Amino acid sequence: MSSTDQKPSTAVLDHDKVADQAQTYEAKFESQVTPLQRFQKFLHKYPVAAPSIVLLLAVLAFSIIVGDRFLHPFNLSLVLQQVTIIGVIGIAQTLIILTAGIDLSVGAIMVLVSVVMGRMAVDYGFEAWLALLIGIAAGAVAGFINGQLITRMKLPPFIATLGSWNVFFALNLWYSKSETIRSQDISAMAPLLQWLGETINVFGARLTYGSILMLGLFFIIWYALNWTAWGRHVYATGDDPAAAKLAGIRTDRVLLSVYVLAGVVCAIGAWVLIGRIGSVSPQAGYTTNLDSITAVVIGGCSLFGGRGSIYGTLIGALVVGVFRNGLALAGVDVLWQEFTVGILIIVAVGVDQWIRRGTA
Amino acid sequence: MSARYDQTPVIQTKQLVKRYGSVTAIDHADFELYPGEILAVIGDNGAGKSSLIKALSGALIPDSGEVLLDGKPVHFSSPMEARELGIETVYQNLAISPALNISDNLFLGREIRKPGILGSLFRMLDKKAMEQRARDKMSELGLMTIQNISQAVESLSGGQRQGVAVARSALFGSKVVIMDEPTAALGVKESRRVLNLIKEVRDRGLPIILISHNMPHVFEVADRIHIHRLGKRAAVVTPESHSMSDAVAIMTGAMDVSDEPTQAA
Repeated sequence: MSSTDQKPSTAVLDHDKVADQAQTYEAKFESQVTPLQRFQKFLHKYPVAAPSIVLLLAVLAFSIIVGDRFLHPFNLSLVLQQVTIIGVIGIAQTLIILTAGIDLSVGAIMVLVSVVMGRMAVDYGFEAWLALLIGIAAGAVAGFINGQLITRMKLPPFIATLGSWNVFFALNLWYSKSETIRSQDISAMAPLLQWLGETINVFGARLTYGSILMLGLFFIIWYALNWTAWGRHVYATGDDPAAAKLAGIRTDRVLLSVYVLAGVVCAIGAWVLIGRIGSVSPQAGYTTNLDSITAVVIGGCSLFGGRGSIYGTLIGALVVGVFRNGLALAGVDVLWQEFTVGILIIVAVGVDQWIRRGTA
Repeated sequence: MSARYDQTPVIQTKQLVKRYGSVTAIDHADFELYPGEILAVIGDNGAGKSSLIKALSGALIPDSGEVLLDGKPVHFSSPMEARELGIETVYQNLAISPALNISDNLFLGREIRKPGILGSLFRMLDKKAMEQRARDKMSELGLMTIQNISQAVESLSGGQRQGVAVARSALFGSKVVIMDEPTAALGVKESRRVLNLIKEVRDRGLPIILISHNMPHVFEVADRIHIHRLGKRAAVVTPESHSMSDAVAIMTGAMDVSDEPTQAA
């Protein structure tokens, strides 16, 4: 402290003088905002903007390349059907990524729960609604286990869920005896399990009940994230856990609630899965965990937590769906679909980094 | 300055002790904060200032000695308990969530829900009420240079963020506001604003404990200065009775104050 021997009165005078000068410097500095920086700020303020632009451009491009076949309501509803499972599991993944975590076990929870639901209804002859409830409870327990590993044992989410992914997948193979439950057995014993696969006609588009349920789930989670204290706490916990704790939030409870809720959402995803493929297969949905991360990342959610919107994930899932569908209709080899999705992920994360650099 | 030193201290410690293994962080420390004053706490690094402050804000449980709030002994087992009794702390890192907006941050952990079934069943936040109270508090403290109460805190300058944290403590603190190095990360102009803000909060009746390394700032705003050395109070001086060099001398042990003898090391 060089100014320690000054009298306080002079120190105050100096401060004021310098402060006045500082004001003029600041004014000069702020006038140098380029259009690019303004765009950066805009993307930062509206995290859904970037994926929305990509979705619009993709739809535009494919309607030019492929033509009417792509824009036909039937095809568009097909895209929606194809993204329904990724969308539902993406909801669970978004919740977790918002807390700066990651869940590699979401797909395994979904498949395990679908086996539980199928066996309860078909092998044990339980009422379909009871089988569903037991399945949802199983999903909650799986999420609770993940949450305990992360909050109580302080394991990094990546490692905890890498472990539980393998454990849940092995349990799934054991409990299903690696056997598929046939579609006709389910429709005979518990048609409710397949109900989400049924379609209704809306202006030539064939919407499944599963797609409608997915949109409903997006709305419910959007509400919870934006209009309840819990949602604010999820964002605060992911943004800066130390600050959240000091502000009086019990961050461990928030984390645990997020993992349990994610497990429940995955269980609902299991119901959607049975509706989509009709049967219960222990081998289904093997890539769902990575696909859900893809949807979340392309949707503009930051892997560092606290930033992103649940609707971004819906748009992210649709972007992937549109690219796959459009490329397939254009007759492009499947491997280029994978290639494109890979590029999209890298670009999305790159854009996220760029946005964060600009305004941090 | 209406601080009257014959009143019951708002917050007081008597013979407070905290040890970490063989290290004594708080060594029979006494401390008094009187109504309506700004009490600066200064001390060299490692003197035990932050341990003392943690004991006052509930972040640390002392081994022995007592903490008195309005003359009554209190035992905090967490910062939440201290907050419930009206002791608000503005941490150096501000405990603010950058991605959330100003209003969300002010009410973080203490949100207001809508009346009726929307609030009780659907847990719906009353964003309007929170924004209104946030706006009122910010303008009351002269902070409404911030245009938009729903802008993200990360878009604010360091001084404005400090303003948000101070506004939060003023909104909920009913007894004491503890401020940890509020000007440490700020530029000259922003420091000025924050110092004015501190005086503003004091003038509205909330006593303030100000921890700072910045001697000119301390001497400008403090009514009294608690000098901490070797885990306990070395002296209490005022900006009128002592110069900055005296304060630094007491802080470092170069000068002994006769009525509060420093311990021979």
